[in-house]
Amino acid sequence: MRKIAITKLNDLFAAIAAQQSLYLPVDTAAGAKFEQWSDGVQLSDALNTVRSPKDFFFPQSEDLMKFKTEGKKIEIIDIRDEHEDFVIFGVRACDVRAFAVLDNVFLSDPVDTYYKNRRDHGVIMSMACNKPVETCFCGTFDIDAADPEGDIVCHKTDDALYLDAKTDKGAALLESLSAITEDCDNSAVEAQKSLIKERLSKLPLATLTKDAFGEDKTQKYFDAPEWKELSEACLGCGTCTFVCPTCQCYDIRDLDNGREVLRYRCWDSCMYSEFTKMSAGQPRLTQVERFRQRFMHKLVYYPERYGGLFSCVGCGRCLAKCPIRMNIVKVMKKLGGND
Amino acid sequence: MQAITREVLTAKAAALLSDGTVDRVLGWKKGEFGYDVTPGVFIDAQQIEKDFEWGDFCAPNLSKYLLAETKKTGAKVLVFLKPCDTYSFNQLLTEHRFDREKVYVVGIPCEGMLSENLIKAKAEGIASVTDNGDTVTIATLYDGDITVPRNELLPDRCINCKSKKHVAYDELLGDEGEVIDSARFDEVERIEKMTPDERFEFWQGELSRCIRCNACRDVCPACTCEKCVFDNPKSGIESKAPSDSFEEKMFHIIRAFHVAGRCTDCGECSRVCPQNIPLHLLNRKFIKDFDDLYGEYQAGEEVGSRAPLVNFDFDDAEPAEAMERGEGDA
Repeated sequence: MRKIAITKLNDLFAAIAAQQSLYLPVDTAAGAKFEQWSDGVQLSDALNTVRSPKDFFFPQSEDLMKFKTEGKKIEIIDIRDEHEDFVIFGVRACDVRAFAVLDNVFLSDPVDTYYKNRRDHGVIMSMACNKPVETCFCGTFDIDAADPEGDIVCHKTDDALYLDAKTDKGAALLESLSAITEDCDNSAVEAQKSLIKERLSKLPLATLTKDAFGEDKTQKYFDAPEWKELSEACLGCGTCTFVCPTCQCYDIRDLDNGREVLRYRCWDSCMYSEFTKMSAGQPRLTQVERFRQRFMHKLVYYPERYGGLFSCVGCGRCLAKCPIRMNIVKVMKKLGGND
Repeated sequence: MQAITREVLTAKAAALLSDGTVDRVLGWKKGEFGYDVTPGVFIDAQQIEKDFEWGDFCAPNLSKYLLAETKKTGAKVLVFLKPCDTYSFNQLLTEHRFDREKVYVVGIPCEGMLSENLIKAKAEGIASVTDNGDTVTIATLYDGDITVPRNELLPDRCINCKSKKHVAYDELLGDEGEVIDSARFDEVERIEKMTPDERFEFWQGELSRCIRCNACRDVCPACTCEKCVFDNPKSGIESKAPSDSFEEKMFHIIRAFHVAGRCTDCGECSRVCPQNIPLHLLNRKFIKDFDDLYGEYQAGEEVGSRAPLVNFDFDDAEPAEAMERGEGDA
């Protein structure tokens, strides 16, 4: 384990940025967001960014390829750029787990090479959550905000930042920073972890469990009468899906300007009326079915497909941003009988 | 602090359900943390007693839900409307969006709704929020109690409240208020005084944050098209994604044009924006221009009123007047 004085944080960022692009959360008038570090940029103390860091690997809109047609000839133009190496600093435990959720989808056969390209070039420096808030419930999904996953795990105390490499990628980066960091034992980090664990145990959602959900629950919940009431006020907007770090649905579109065709993909939302529209129409006719799809996917279908892993990570963004404040916690409590 | 209590509302709802005046109630349901209130439908007194909420966080404007709810019943729907909500209600009636006979409106006074965003800007980790009248005490998870003036927690639409008067109701609870000569156009004037480059930069900065979630459109009581042109694959302009970092100007400006003359300035668009874009300023610019060019007009003030753009009057501004204003700005 290595450490660096808080007063020298900018030296750390400069040393990383000298090697590769560094992104970290910064404060803006509209909340925290990930931005590229350059001299003078200050790290945000906010618990979480408004948009999740999934954008780094799975951007909202992404160009895939171009086509040019001449007569009956079609030319396919590869417009992909090999991504440069980059570091994301300050990723919270919930958001790191979200990368694992996305990996299952994009890196299993057939591998999504656009996603993999970015993923291979990114190093994740995670940050433990000193002050989790009332909307946090990562513990429900066995995520430990005191001890996140990541290539390098960081803990911040009043006077120092502690860095612990967990992967080869992380070890290589940390090794390159050895001139400005110093070796240390883990006593300060252990004390910080205990403090965070105690705080997590007192959060209002600390007792929420996922026990009523998971594999083999499709039959139990699919036709549950509660969906109607839960979805009745849903506006059908895409806020929950777009701020969610694990929502991974997209649409592929062609933009034809008459001379060439640009094929791109963009985020889609199961809450939208045109989602997965086929020649036979949209399979989910009303907002009840669309709403059900989102929560069944997070709590039942995904765990069923991927060995019990849930695709909610308890980051709380949807709790804070849904225009009508309906969310997965209310759904779990109602369906699970803890209303 | 709100002038009337939750108990007054729940008693009224229960009474109207039990005497058969209505068969459903549109109100607000309490959440997990006190501030996370959800609009909801209640069909019996037991449910009302358990979940009904009334207080500083009942911001959602319920009028648009009447489109769906009146279709679900042969009887009447009880809806609780705050003064600004009643303007949306009238505007929807002007546009024949639901049957007035199927609604029983109970007007309720409003002292302004607190902004969750402004509370979270003051405090990290919220245990509870208590309204003391002139001040609000936020109990936090880590920093003890923080007490702040209530005014500091009100969003722009409540600071610049345009009316405490209900323009529609079947029954009124509490005291009726007055139309207010608010300062709601001050911010618009500030933006008008910018140079075109500054103004472009301002809106580019705001709108480039848009994630195209459509929450502003979906919550808007003036947006009631059964199929929005932006959702329709056959329209040729359906778009699920921004095509460049400022493409969203088209979506938002087209939407502002579409609701021009019909927007009551309820401010729901800015309330729900997950990126805190002050969308209501676009609509207020239109309202201010209409006032300047055609005389004061408030959408929703009266059912059946004709908005300037769909009306003709010999005193109407000539197109040249609007053109000159545009040139003056440039």
